[in-house]
Parts: sequence; C-alpha cells; structure tokens
Amino acid sequence: MSSTLARRDGLRAATMISPAYIWLTVAVFLPLAAMLFFSFLSEAPFGDREWFVTAANYMEFFEKGFYLKLLVRSLTLGLVVTGFCILIGFPCAFVLAKTIKGRWREALFLLVILPFWSNSLVRIFSWAIVLRGNGVIDSVLDLILPFEVSVNLMFSYPAIVIGLVHSYLPYVILTSYLALQAIDDNLIDAARSMGAPRRMILWRIIIPLALPGLIAGAVLIFVPVVGSFMEPRILGGRSGTFFGTVIEDQFVAVFNWPLGAALSFILLGVVLLILAVSSPVLRRAQ
Amino acid sequence: MSINAKWTGCAALATLVLGMGVGAVHADEIRVLNWKGYGTDSDWAVAEFKEKTGHTVVHDYFNSEQEMLTKLRTNPGAYDVVLINSAFTGQALEEGLISPIDTSDISNFADLAPNLGGNPELNVGGKVNGVAWVWGLTSFGVNKDEVSPLPTSIQVLWDDQYTGKVGWRDDALESVQFAALATGQNINDVKDLDAVKSKLETLLPQIKTFWSSENDWNQFFAAGDFLMAPYWSGSAGRSIAKGLPVAFVVPEEGAIGWLDGLSIPATSENREAAREFINYMIDPQFYVKWAESGAPASANAKAAAALPADDFNRATLGDPAVVARVQFMQPVSDETRKTYLELWQELKANAQ
Repeated sequence: MSSTLARRDGLRAATMISPAYIWLTVAVFLPLAAMLFFSFLSEAPFGDREWFVTAANYMEFFEKGFYLKLLVRSLTLGLVVTGFCILIGFPCAFVLAKTIKGRWREALFLLVILPFWSNSLVRIFSWAIVLRGNGVIDSVLDLILPFEVSVNLMFSYPAIVIGLVHSYLPYVILTSYLALQAIDDNLIDAARSMGAPRRMILWRIIIPLALPGLIAGAVLIFVPVVGSFMEPRILGGRSGTFFGTVIEDQFVAVFNWPLGAALSFILLGVVLLILAVSSPVLRRAQ
Repeated sequence: MSINAKWTGCAALATLVLGMGVGAVHADEIRVLNWKGYGTDSDWAVAEFKEKTGHTVVHDYFNSEQEMLTKLRTNPGAYDVVLINSAFTGQALEEGLISPIDTSDISNFADLAPNLGGNPELNVGGKVNGVAWVWGLTSFGVNKDEVSPLPTSIQVLWDDQYTGKVGWRDDALESVQFAALATGQNINDVKDLDAVKSKLETLLPQIKTFWSSENDWNQFFAAGDFLMAPYWSGSAGRSIAKGLPVAFVVPEEGAIGWLDGLSIPATSENREAAREFINYMIDPQFYVKWAESGAPASANAKAAAALPADDFNRATLGDPAVVARVQFMQPVSDETRKTYLELWQELKANAQ
C-alpha cells in the first residue's frame, strides 16, 4: 500500500519536475554538448569536409603563448569592470534602499533599469559618440573651461571599461538593493544607539548582511565581461584584442569552429575554476 | 441579377484567378547574398529589375568572405545569386556550393573585358562558375587636406609623423599582403614571412583603430580618427562623391587587385531568374546609373566606356601604368590563411 503511494508520489514529482529538466536539456545541455563535440574535431563537420577526432585544438592554446596572455588580459578586464561596478553600484543601491522613500524610489529605480530596455549595441554606439574627440564630453568641457582641452577616450582601454561598466552596472544595483532592503533598520538604529561610528556600522553590519547580493551581482558581471567581444571591438580600437574577440574571429573570420569551441571551453573551465576556488571564501563570508 | 450574368461574373473571376496564377509562375522571388550597400540592393535597381522582369529581389548580407561561405554551407537552397570574390570562387566550387552557369541567355556576357570575364579563377574547368561583375584595387586612402604632398610610397603608413593616425582593417590576409608589398614581395607567394612579421610589428603602434565597413571608414575619417587607411577603390570613389577629402593612392610598390563575380549556388531553384538578374547586373545601363553614386570599376568593357571622362574609375583605374603595378589576388589555401591569422593575432596580442 505504502509502496504504491510512494510510487505514485514519485511519478507525480517526475511529471512536475520534467518540464524544467527538458528545458535545461534542450536549451543548455544540447548546445553545450554540440560545442564540446566540435571542440574535439579537426574540421567543422559541414558539407563534404573530412574530419577526425583530435585534441589538437586544446593543445594549440598551450603551444601558442599569446592565447594565455589574452586570457589573463580578459580576466583582468573582468576584475576591473566588476570592481568599478561594485564601487559605483553599491552606494547607489544603498541610497536607493535606505535613504529614499516612496514615489522617488520607484522613479529612481525605473531610471536604473531603463538602460536595460535598449539594445546593448545601441548603448555601446552612443558611448562611441560621447567618448570620441570632438564628441559630447569634449564639446561640453570646451564650453565650460576657459582653456582648450582635448578629451579623446575613444579607442582605448578606459573606453572599454566605461562602456562595460555602464552596461553591467544595473546587475549589481539590483542584487545589492534586494539584499540591502532585507536588512532590518532596527539593527542599524541599535548599533547607532550603542555609539557605533558610521564606518563600523557599514563594515560590521551592512556589508556582511548585503554580501550575498553583492556577490551574486559580481558573479553575474564577471562571467560575461571575461567573454565580451562586441564592446572591446567597437570602443577599444587597436587595444580591443581580448580572449573573446579571438574566439569570435575563429567563428566568424576563419570558420574554425573547432578551435573557437575549444577556446570557449577553456574560458568556461577557467571561469568555473575561479568560482570553485573562491566559493569557500565566499561561503564563509556569507 | 440573371443566372447568365452570374455565370459571366464567375467566369471572369476564374479567369482573373487563373491569370494571377500564371503570372505567379513567372514572377519569382530571388534571394541575393552580398555585402550590404554593394550595388545589388540599391532600391532603384531592385525596383527597375522588378519592373523589367517581374521578379522580386530579397537580400541577405555577409561581413566577410568566410561568413558568406558559412551561410552557403549552412543554408542550402536559401540563395539564388551570391557575390563571390574570384579568390574564393574555386573554393566554393570545390565544396559544391556553386555550380557552372549557362551563359547562353546572358546577352551582356559577350561584352565583358576578355581578361576579366576570362579570369582563370572564375573559369575553373573551362566553365563559367562566376560572371565577372566588378573589379578594383585594395590600396589606401589619404586625407588630402592634412597630408601633403600626396605620398607615392606605401612606406608612408610606417612614417613616424603619422603614428596613431593610421586606420587599418582587422584582416590577417590583407595585413600580410600590405606588408609583402612594403617589403617588395609577391603578395600571392610570400617567401620571407619573417620580414613581413617584423614589418607588421612596427606597423601596429601606428594604428589608431580598426575599421570593418565602408561606413566605419567614412565616420572615422570624417572624425579625424585617422588620416590614412587601407581602402577599396570603389569605396574611395563613393567617399569622394560624398565630399570627403579622400585621395586614393596607388603606390609605386603596387596594390592588391580583386575581382568580384556573381555566382549561382548549386542548390538554387530559380536559376533562370538568377541569370536574368546577373544579366541585368552587368548591363551598361545599370552600371552607369550605379556609378553616379560611386561604384567599383565594371568588368563590362562597354559599361566602362560609357562613363564620363572625369569619373574616378576611369581616371584612377583607367591608367595602364597603374594597372601594370597591380598584383591580382590568387586563391589562398586554408593552411596559409591559418598561418597568417596566427601571425596577426600573435602580433596584436603582443602589442597590447
């Protein structure tokens, strides 16, 4: 009796869970598996091309020093962009969650999400207009300052960082906002009544309690930035060569899908490794 | 209404429907794969072609030859006419992506300049696999307001005076070929790759940014981001027509010649309409009108002769001394391409 019940329960659970797993299989697992398969081929298996299974694509990464160099460069970019996003986003989220109340909060919140409604390519191109010499920044500074200035950030590393920070800032604001909002105001009042200085409240109460949100935001930003290629290409000019752009070249410019796939999986592996190594630290922080 | 009148009405309606049906058989929709804004997709041309033949033309675009090949490989039956650079026609044929064209009903075919229409890359196996359409040069454009006197040597791209003032195309093959010209080598048979490598190494600090489309080039040039950059002769003609102070330089070291042909994919189901479209594309009437807004040089001798005497193509590419300096591009093997790409990527990575 009980066994049939258990079986029925199991069946019901399977029916309820299966949509999620089917979705995961179709949308995540299958494309990834196809790419993993490609990464071990000698040629992209289209048309009449002859191909065989090989690990040469992965070996290439280790044989050619410049891939590693670019990977380090991309990881550094990820860290820099994530750092700036936190430095700017966390205070924003704090003001939004704790200082501003009522209608204003909704209005400001809308402004934070607003950039998300436009296409990212459009945002990057508008930055190109702002950053270039004789562009918006240049003209405005010329109007205000009595002496001639020339600000031309376009086609440089700072331009890439500015574009990426602007693109990904909302993630950190949204996740931090949710975490900050959950902090009981009484905790802060209690600390204050016991004479804790502001800095101590920040470091001992607010940041530890908001850390899960902050970390979620940081991970959400770090991972796509490391693989970014469109922003560096448009804003970076000559300094826009990153691991992501090299992967894109393999797919788009020379039709070497196997090497592109192998480089992508190396990137995926390195990012997962970084997250795995840092997870105990992050868990303790939580 | 009498029964008779009803029947007449029905018959008229049936005739109308049948007539439309017959019309639909002849009016095909042909799909063209080309670079964006490259002649075939001019609004007036598409409209005129529809008026003449009843066929509608739909476009899809690519941003690199490799993307074009990828699209042909992965979408069989999706295209009826495709623009292929002569250096890639052989590869496309070998992969079975395109098939020979029966030129008997292409009335303008006989007017093609013999050395272009009969280009060996387009006529592998003695069959026409691509109809020569337009040709031109890859050399470089200079801002003639800022750079004077006009350079006559390709070495100007390496001149200290213009550090950070040079634009470039992020293309490994083209980069190697420019360096080959600058080191006095044959672009189709680079013997001293080390010389090319060190030449490109000294070029990278000169580069301000990479351009990837004609529109990019014009914008960067107009904004003063670069004073000189490799450019295509056809695009240079258009930029000059737009009023940009561009001078197209064919240096004494030579330039890279290219020839674009129109081919029909092996999987096309509208071959007849595709041939009609190709015939229209090499027609002098179409070319002269296209040339008004800046076009590459036509492969049709009659079309070229119909241009005004001061036309960019007649003035720049018409000079036999210029043509003598041109090195026409030959097919490049995958192996060479891979070598060049690695060389170029390594140089870019090390220059960061």
